[in-house]
Amino acid sequence: MTTATTLAAEVRSGERSAREVVDAALADVDSGDGAYHAFLCLLADEARAEADAVDAEVEAGRDPGPLAGVPVALKDNLCTRGALTTCGSKILENWNPPYDATVVEALRRAGGIGLGKTNMDEFAMGSSTENSAFGPTRNPRNTAKVPGGSSGGSAASVAAGFTPLALGSDTGGSIRQPAALCGVVGMKPTYGRVSRYGLVAFASSLDQIGPFATTVEDAALLFDVLAGHDPLDSTSLPSAPEPTLTTVHHGVEGIRVGLCRDLVDGCAPDVVARVREAADALAGAGAKVEEVSVPEFGYGLSAYYLIAPAEASSNLARYDGVRYGLRVDAGGEDVAAMNTATRTAGFGAEVKRRIMLGTYALSAGYYDAYYAQAQRVRTLVMQAFDRAYSSYDVLLGATAPTTAFDVGAKVDDPMAMYMNDVCTIPSNLAGHPAISVPFGGGADGLPVGVQVLAPALQEALLFRVAQVVETHAPMGAGASRS
Amino acid sequence: MNTDWEMVIGLEVHCELQTATKLFCGCRNAFGDEPNVNVCPTCLGLPGSLPVINEQAVEFAMRIGAALHCDIRPSEFSRKNYFYPDQAKDYQISQYDLPLNADGWLELPDGFRVGVTRAHMEEDTGKLTHIGASGRINAALHALVDYNRSGVPLVEIVSEPDIRTVAQARAYASELRGILVATGASDGRMEEGSMRVDANVSVRPVGTDAFGTRCEIKNLNSLRSLGRALEYEAARQIALLESSGTVHQETRHWDESAGRTESMRSKEEANDYRYFPEPDLVPLAPNAAWQERVRDGLGAMPADRRAVLASALGGAPTRAETDQIHAVVDLGHDGLVTAAAGAGVPAKLALARAANEVAAQSDAGLQLDPASFVSTLAMESGGQLSATQSKAVLGVLLERGGGDPAAVAKEMGFEALGSDTLGAVLDELIASRPDEWARFVAGEDKLMGIFIQAAMEATERKANGKEVAAELSARRGSEVARRS
Repeated sequence: MTTATTLAAEVRSGERSAREVVDAALADVDSGDGAYHAFLCLLADEARAEADAVDAEVEAGRDPGPLAGVPVALKDNLCTRGALTTCGSKILENWNPPYDATVVEALRRAGGIGLGKTNMDEFAMGSSTENSAFGPTRNPRNTAKVPGGSSGGSAASVAAGFTPLALGSDTGGSIRQPAALCGVVGMKPTYGRVSRYGLVAFASSLDQIGPFATTVEDAALLFDVLAGHDPLDSTSLPSAPEPTLTTVHHGVEGIRVGLCRDLVDGCAPDVVARVREAADALAGAGAKVEEVSVPEFGYGLSAYYLIAPAEASSNLARYDGVRYGLRVDAGGEDVAAMNTATRTAGFGAEVKRRIMLGTYALSAGYYDAYYAQAQRVRTLVMQAFDRAYSSYDVLLGATAPTTAFDVGAKVDDPMAMYMNDVCTIPSNLAGHPAISVPFGGGADGLPVGVQVLAPALQEALLFRVAQVVETHAPMGAGASRS
Repeated sequence: MNTDWEMVIGLEVHCELQTATKLFCGCRNAFGDEPNVNVCPTCLGLPGSLPVINEQAVEFAMRIGAALHCDIRPSEFSRKNYFYPDQAKDYQISQYDLPLNADGWLELPDGFRVGVTRAHMEEDTGKLTHIGASGRINAALHALVDYNRSGVPLVEIVSEPDIRTVAQARAYASELRGILVATGASDGRMEEGSMRVDANVSVRPVGTDAFGTRCEIKNLNSLRSLGRALEYEAARQIALLESSGTVHQETRHWDESAGRTESMRSKEEANDYRYFPEPDLVPLAPNAAWQERVRDGLGAMPADRRAVLASALGGAPTRAETDQIHAVVDLGHDGLVTAAAGAGVPAKLALARAANEVAAQSDAGLQLDPASFVSTLAMESGGQLSATQSKAVLGVLLERGGGDPAAVAKEMGFEALGSDTLGAVLDELIASRPDEWARFVAGEDKLMGIFIQAAMEATERKANGKEVAAELSARRGSEVARRS
């Protein structure tokens, strides 16, 4: 499909109208999404109106911005004013936020068009998009397979060619893992680089919004639009973001790459083979590649599955039936009974599991053994990254341990599902940026993603390295819709 | 109070800060607006919303910390998790193990120091109104929630369990209220809920050191409630212990109309709040320069201001004057007294007028500018106005929020009599009552009152009583001299 870079250039030059682009995308989703269920709803009227506004700007000789007329799919945990924002949950089935997320405003200011809201694991808890209350999303490369998750709908929209760009959120790998499984580029920025205002929280200290794209260049284009300080988010970094698009083609000459054994070893052989080929490709392009071991990464998963549920148990308390969303009256006059009935009916099994895990981890008498200990492990992981980055500029590993698995294969085995995030979690714990780049296919012909990790605020370097990986990716694997 | 027992009391005081906006959003912080008008995604706890700390609230909290002699420390916000319909997010953003202010003290007027454990920041909840027969929660048909109060900044001031008597507890609350108002951080209005007191109470045999089991008493909406509830609770605990019973650690509700405390929840039923550091906020560590600015900018505290008034009186104040000094400082009218004393008005007179006439109108929210007060009292002490007239003029000035006392006096017909006029009135009086006058001159002092009263009536109360008395004495003196 046409890249966002090309599309925006054509719309800005008047060669194509934004309206034409948006109408075509809407028609594509209408006719094609029955097979995938990437979208929960389309913002057809809003998208057309925004497209017309972009065209009017072009007509008037003004620049509508770097994303002029480019349709962008929005994960359904991003607040859109007056448009359903369900987080894939029955408990928010009918919730229309009275405000836009900061990233949604940023997109609009850049001329981008929010095309619709994409399916996701309920409250971003999951790695397959099967935990959506509104039914699973299928992998456009093979509809018997999951698209990964939790941002499976956004990844599928880009993989299916519905939109050249999409927004997702990544708490433990929820952008990068579905990007890998769907054969697209997915990137998690530095924590605090992109505002979380209007992102419905899962785990506040880990959540970060980021781009999906078909190319690294497009991902950089979208990242530059999203990045920046937001006074509405206290954790937003005050420094001005470094532009990344201008340097994305600068290559890797002299860059020190650590091929991280701990992000490769446990993976399927075909995945391991692709990562090693990517490392060779980087070396061939002038990077200095060495193997490195960061054993602390092995503790990341355990720490994550205490910290994230702990924060989630608090963040999700507000869905109590009192002010908005689902309310189930228990028949009694007791508020607590109404709370319980609402939450019992409104939350899915995985959300309930994590609320219970998190509540337990924070409880008196258990806090030190679980939550506090997990925070100490988190510190260890950060220190391990610092040590690794004293010798290397970036790290390289797999994104996901396997290619896309069958729909239904892991729904009854939470631990197997959690293992999908083992390679992506360390970057969330440290708050560092990381990106997944499609790099050939596995033995089953499904896409494999290679992950590049960089220190905080080194997004420009991250995109440069990713772009070289992309350039050397084997052609053909998993490039078509099924 | 049974003299075999001693009370051990610690107070937790919540005070609303009078910032322009709420603690974590830009909504107006105002009392008494239409319900649910000062709300936004953040203070309604809508999904996706985030808190951003209000700098003015931090400044006010630091003022309170500084006024209570606390260390101002690097601090952190935590989440206190519990479900309640007035709690928009079902957690409250508060401070837990790292409060902004810690380790301070408050000195009571008698010099006794009560330790202040901490004074931390947190957000207020929404306000629930139970609609039903009695207005009590258990009889309510339904409840209304007003989120205008949700997210209003609070500082919770926790005392050490240093307080031993009801009088100390009341003095602590009263002194703290004065300090809060003096810092400008709060209006300290208990009746509007901007200052709320919870008390932890236990009793122990006099002469022992170990603490007894304590109960926490909530819903103390006035100093009077605080005193009554403490008396009741101490008596309840003592009665239990003397009959070989046990005090159970619990939270108790003060029922003002019934005059008793009732069990709300036991320790076992108490929430596990599952505190953890608030990930949506960054640590709060005011730097040294900011702390210094706050300490330097702190105005005089009530104790200092009371000392200023006492010294203006010259000599040790009487018991009544001490009470007047407290009343004047509590109401913030000490500026009137010092201004008057500075202008040469007798301080005792200024204190009395401020503590009585001005204070009486303070409940109605009436204020007086120092200039009007000083001019009025100057007229009174200079004899142009009688005491009665001066009080009446002050009343009018208070109602009007100031004005020219001379003009008001004229308007009210309070023109002072010229000494010629007074002389003529007295000539006539003496001539019309020759017998009484003779007895007065002969030494029957009590007749002085009759002449003064008659003079006041004859002048429609425009005469100054003291001046009349002085003139009468002078005339008697010359009469006696002439006869001898």
